Amino acid sequence: MNNSSSSKKQSPDQPETSGPTFKSQRTKMDTEKKILNKKLKDVEISCPIVYGSMAFWLGKKASEYQSHKWTVYVRGAMNEDLGVVVKRVVFQLHSSFNSPTRVLESPPFEVSEAGWGEFEIAITLYFHSDVCDKPLNLYHHLKLYPEDESGPMSTKKPVVMETYDEIVFPEPSEGFLARVQNHPAVTLPRLPIGFTLPPPVPVEDASRRKRGDTKDHPLSQWFMNFSEADELLQLAAARQQVQAHIAKLKRQISVIDGPHQQLKSISDQ
Amino acid sequence: MDAKDILGLPKNSLPIPQEKKSRPPKDSQRKPDGISREVYALTGGLAPLMPAIDSSQLKKQPPKDEKITWQWLPFTNSARKDTLQLYHWVRVVNGVPPTGDYSFAKYNKSVDIVKYTDEEYEKYLNDPGWTKEETDQLFDLCQQFDLRFIVIADRFSSSRTVEELKDRYYSVCRAVVVARAPALGDISGNPVVKEPYNVSQEIERKRALSMVLSQTKHQERKDAEVLAEAKKITESRMAAKVAEESELPVPSNAGPESAERASFPGDTVSPSSNVQLPSATVASSALTADNASTLASLRMLRVYLRTYALDQMVQAASSSAGLRTIKRVEQTLQELGVNLKPRVPTKSVCAEHLELRKEILTLLNLQKQLQYKEAEGSSFRDGSYADTPSTPKDRTFVPDMSFGGERVGKRDQKRKAPGRLSEAPSSPAQSKRPRKLKASEL
Repeated sequence: MNNSSSSKKQSPDQPETSGPTFKSQRTKMDTEKKILNKKLKDVEISCPIVYGSMAFWLGKKASEYQSHKWTVYVRGAMNEDLGVVVKRVVFQLHSSFNSPTRVLESPPFEVSEAGWGEFEIAITLYFHSDVCDKPLNLYHHLKLYPEDESGPMSTKKPVVMETYDEIVFPEPSEGFLARVQNHPAVTLPRLPIGFTLPPPVPVEDASRRKRGDTKDHPLSQWFMNFSEADELLQLAAARQQVQAHIAKLKRQISVIDGPHQQLKSISDQ
Repeated sequence: MDAKDILGLPKNSLPIPQEKKSRPPKDSQRKPDGISREVYALTGGLAPLMPAIDSSQLKKQPPKDEKITWQWLPFTNSARKDTLQLYHWVRVVNGVPPTGDYSFAKYNKSVDIVKYTDEEYEKYLNDPGWTKEETDQLFDLCQQFDLRFIVIADRFSSSRTVEELKDRYYSVCRAVVVARAPALGDISGNPVVKEPYNVSQEIERKRALSMVLSQTKHQERKDAEVLAEAKKITESRMAAKVAEESELPVPSNAGPESAERASFPGDTVSPSSNVQLPSATVASSALTADNASTLASLRMLRVYLRTYALDQMVQAASSSAGLRTIKRVEQTLQELGVNLKPRVPTKSVCAEHLELRKEILTLLNLQKQLQYKEAEGSSFRDGSYADTPSTPKDRTFVPDMSFGGERVGKRDQKRKAPGRLSEAPSSPAQSKRPRKLKASEL
């Protein structure tokens, strides 16, 4: 988990210290519930996800209406189980499919189908009640044909199109925070000092719970890798260049400004 | 398509409906049969959805066996109470004039006004505010003018308002109907009984209507602001409330209509939708493109995507810049080998991206400043004040630097100052690999 400190400017009306006074001695049910429902400011939970599709050409077995076999899915960016955060995912397929609204109540959140056409799929994520009561919409264009059209199509290698994004919960409830504080699927920032959470709810016996992560998914060999390191390097290099140019320009401007001060004052009269 | 199949090439993935779309627009350009082109053009050149006249009918001729003449004949009108006889042209078929009443007589409808007897008046209809003569006059006028109260009010001898007249009329009707009915159950369906005329409410309603109609633009704007405030307050309260607590009614400001309007925000306001379309604007944020306010408005959403947040922040940061500047920022990003939209949008990546964009904006602004100053400087040197440099916006002059791309060609200079270095714009980088910067160019 990366405890990245935010470099965005903080708005002036945010409270400096956010630590709510939490009396852990109270054990009454309703106060606990109230506290768990309380929203926390300054603590942002983010859940990195990858969503997209994978399409295999059927080759000899292809028919006119089913030339490709494809799967559209939503997974954790590091293949963790999204079930802690996401309660249900609804995939809205093209209307030409039978029952185009596919609802997945548990991970892995994916739909596999066969078809011939590319279209936009609307993916709606519904979260658990203590996470968020509003759904989130994603859109993915199903890609069946490779970018390089002249190349041969292979039945072995799929056409993969994935998008990385992060779901951000700006003011999560304490209950949610407690539940996921050590789960790999979410990223928590450093908690403010003096802030204690209620002890996490004991995790169910792992063997009983169906595995929802995608680490051993049959298609996992084709999953794309998203590393922020490359992008950060790129950005850092670019910023350096720009900053150097800015410095140069400032020098040039000050050079011009110096001797012109007198001329300017003459002309202004 | 089959040729492609034979060759084993991928089929064209364009959906079929696209071909069909090109056909319908062509059909309307042909002129239709049956009516001339000019007449058709009168209809706007488009065929109506349903043909009004069957074109075959236009060429029909009247049946040959009928002999038609037109005659000037007298007629009577059953709608008239006198026996006035007027004349008009009549289409006579084979010597037989048409029968039947005057065709417009059926439109002479009138309202059935209740007629009370004097006893009934004494028993049920006495009212301190109204004399019998006035009531009688009212009913006469109602009969005469078919319950057009505006006209009746105008014709009424004493000056009574429309509401008063209506009130009197309807209460008399109600009393008569109730009195005459053998049992209350029979008439409970009668609208006069079911919904009696409510004078005070009517007066209030008309007053409010006239106030709304006569509102000035200023007042309208103020009302819109109040409503927006009310909406915001209700939303923030809803966000803060615990499940069982009921909503407080929105406090209303001064102003008579707000009393009526206050009920609307409470009833119709719904929680702001959390639509995560990348292009949607956040509902509660003001129009100020302040960074802080974008942050605050993002926090109002319960959940959002990092890419969406980045979009909002980028928009906020570049709100003061024109379209051309934004394009130049994007061009610079491409030259630097940076993705316009980060491929791995984590928190730190997005923050860096935003900072980079801001720095590029600063850079572009500094360049403009430099050019402007140099122009000023050169004009001083020339000594000609008439030679005012063009405003920075006009300049297509590309900055004095390149990020390692190829020089494509020169752009036109609009400035007249001599001795300026003109550098061609670098072509946008085709690949996304970061370019190595030559030491000499720094």
